[in-house]
Amino acid sequence: MNLREKIEEKLKDIATSIEYPRPDLIVIAVNRDRIMEAAQRIVELGFDHLASVEGVDLPKENAIEVIYHAESYEEELRNTIVELKTRVARDDPKLQSLINVWPNALYLERETWDMLGVVFEGHPELKRLLLPPWWDDIPPLRKDYKVKVEGIIVGTK
Amino acid sequence: MEQSSLTFRYKELERAWDGEKVYEVFIGPQHPASGHMRFIVRLDGDIIVNVEPDIGYVHRTMEKLAETKEYIKSIPLFERATIIDSNNITLGYVRALEKLLGIEVPPRARYLRTLLSEINRIASHLYGLGLAGIFINHSTMFMWGFGDREIWLQLAEELTGARLTHTYSIPGGVRSDLPQDFKDRALKAIRYMERRLKDYMKIFFNNPVTVARYKDIGILKKEDAKRLGIVGPNLRASGVRYDARLVEDYGAYREIDFEVPVREEGDALSRLLLRIDEIKISMDIIRQVLEKIPDGPILAEKYLRLIPPKLRKTMEETGRVKFPGLFASLRPPPGEATARVEMGHGEVFYHIISDGSPKPYRVRIVTPSFRNLLLLRYLPVGHRFMDFPAIYGSVDYFPPEADR
Amino acid sequence: MVCPLMGIVLVGNLEESARKASRWFLEKPPIRNLRDWAISFSLWPVHFTTSCCGAEFAAASCPRFDAERFGFLPFLSPRQTNLLLIEGTLTRKMAEAAKIVYQQMPEPKFVILMGVCALDGGIFHNSYNIVRPHELFPVDVFIPGCPPRPEAVARSIIMLQRKVRNSKYIWGDGHEPKGED
Ligand code: SF4
Repeated sequence: MNLREKIEEKLKDIATSIEYPRPDLIVIAVNRDRIMEAAQRIVELGFDHLASVEGVDLPKENAIEVIYHAESYEEELRNTIVELKTRVARDDPKLQSLINVWPNALYLERETWDMLGVVFEGHPELKRLLLPPWWDDIPPLRKDYKVKVEGIIVGTK
Repeated sequence: MEQSSLTFRYKELERAWDGEKVYEVFIGPQHPASGHMRFIVRLDGDIIVNVEPDIGYVHRTMEKLAETKEYIKSIPLFERATIIDSNNITLGYVRALEKLLGIEVPPRARYLRTLLSEINRIASHLYGLGLAGIFINHSTMFMWGFGDREIWLQLAEELTGARLTHTYSIPGGVRSDLPQDFKDRALKAIRYMERRLKDYMKIFFNNPVTVARYKDIGILKKEDAKRLGIVGPNLRASGVRYDARLVEDYGAYREIDFEVPVREEGDALSRLLLRIDEIKISMDIIRQVLEKIPDGPILAEKYLRLIPPKLRKTMEETGRVKFPGLFASLRPPPGEATARVEMGHGEVFYHIISDGSPKPYRVRIVTPSFRNLLLLRYLPVGHRFMDFPAIYGSVDYFPPEADR
Repeated sequence: MVCPLMGIVLVGNLEESARKASRWFLEKPPIRNLRDWAISFSLWPVHFTTSCCGAEFAAASCPRFDAERFGFLPFLSPRQTNLLLIEGTLTRKMAEAAKIVYQQMPEPKFVILMGVCALDGGIFHNSYNIVRPHELFPVDVFIPGCPPRPEAVARSIIMLQRKVRNSKYIWGDGHEPKGED
């Protein structure tokens, strides 16, 4: 049984969609309240640590997409990255923290809180990480935080 | 679900607070060795109970700025994160971009990328070893490491025109061709370095003082290394055979045979020795690249066609690429791509989300130092305070890279 | 009491008068020239790395470029140094530390800004987390470049030495860090 089949079998009852946009990438979307369960099942498959946690601000859909990228050091699994994503509301971004599933989410989640304001429930230290401790503006990676745009744009064709 | 080792350590700290015997030592941000980060070290007597890294002193907001720039302009931007290893860190971005655009890189360009990546890796390891030396007050290692690094910087300068900020890999190829006589000089540098590595062993790694400071200090077990997602030499020193060069198809690594060095002990000494092993492997790769490098164009056919014929002729004569105008506003189709590249410090991870406009919708970088940050918190616990510099030096942590 | 030395009148507290006299003495030509010459060859920068230009700064003080031959030795404690070299981008969090380090340094003290980031933002000019160091400190020498080559660092040291030897600096004047946050 290859990896794709295994993942489909394991996750088909909780995932809202499973896609394969590139040969080395498996994208699994779940609902917000099933994230813990989905993460545990991915760990059972062998993807035992995270490469990244990121948030993407989608103001048009009034949502923030939180994306976890899991990878593995095992020989059979290491060519693949599993992307687990879910959406939280933009005005009340709350998500269960996954640091008990993936211990190295500690700093990655804290950074996502810092940069996008996603509150991870159960995370022991949601403090400023990269931004200065007296930061009181909106989180900078949200799309409505504007910085000056530089530049000359050259047209094509 | 098992409790992570980190959660466990919180409890330990609370217990220690109860007895009121803990005191705090603040290190940094202006501190003796590399600077730009701060530690809050909590001690019980001379034993470290807890370390809290306080980073963000070099946070220059690259992810936000990348959203305001055209794709091609972000290459020099990300280069500044790890200026001592700049080809490797930009290569990840370029790879992700190439996946989005669906470009194939010509073989000669792939070999040239490999060449510069390995030169960078050696320079980066020498930088790390030099700093590890000064952390335990071994000035000779510092001076030697930094002095020998110059040789590799000079090679890189001959190839690209800049000491540190090469901006060498561009989508579809590289920016300039191999200069004349490069091969001889590279081989000379390799011969010199091989000699020097023997001296390093004599004066630093076999030195009883150094061994006493590093041996059996800060042991990272194999299981922990896997679960904490540690990358790079720190991971391989704990016995895990993983390297992004084996995983991701980039450069010419599929056509070159090389061993990924692994050590089993997982202590500070083996982390440092592993860097020496990697320098040897890198030099071997450089030899093979110079031997096997094929002839041909250094930019993908798709872009080469866009350059006016007159410019194309000068390009062939000088070996330097003139950017086609299209590069100013590359428009990848909507979608996402990830790329992993092995840097000197470990694996860098890129995730680009494109919405079809000339600027990326979101770029996510996770740099090796940011992932290895957990080590600085996890390893020193239980050791004496003076072991802390030794552990910090052996992890090869580079703050601008972690903060981005 | 009227002092036999021409030009100053010393009255009151003995200790204070002695300090005044020594200051006056130091400002007079032969002594002053000697003092400036000595300062110019003992410019010790505090080891305060702020960003990626630090890599080139390190290269400058290492074997190949060897800035130590100008009497330039990076040192650990701000109390024993007289030169603050801002190596690249100064973020908001680091600026606080930089101000504290600067205040701890004894007089006379000098500031060199290294890299375009420190000059005016450089590639990060539109970032939300950086400050312009020249708004905080009185600057003696600017080094442009991204990163400046080690030779440029060496040249900046020579320029600063010349400035010191020509007595172009003022002791204890305008050397308070400016600005909030
Ligand atoms: S000037 Fe360039 S090298 Fe120096 S800190 Fe700024 S970006 Fe880095």
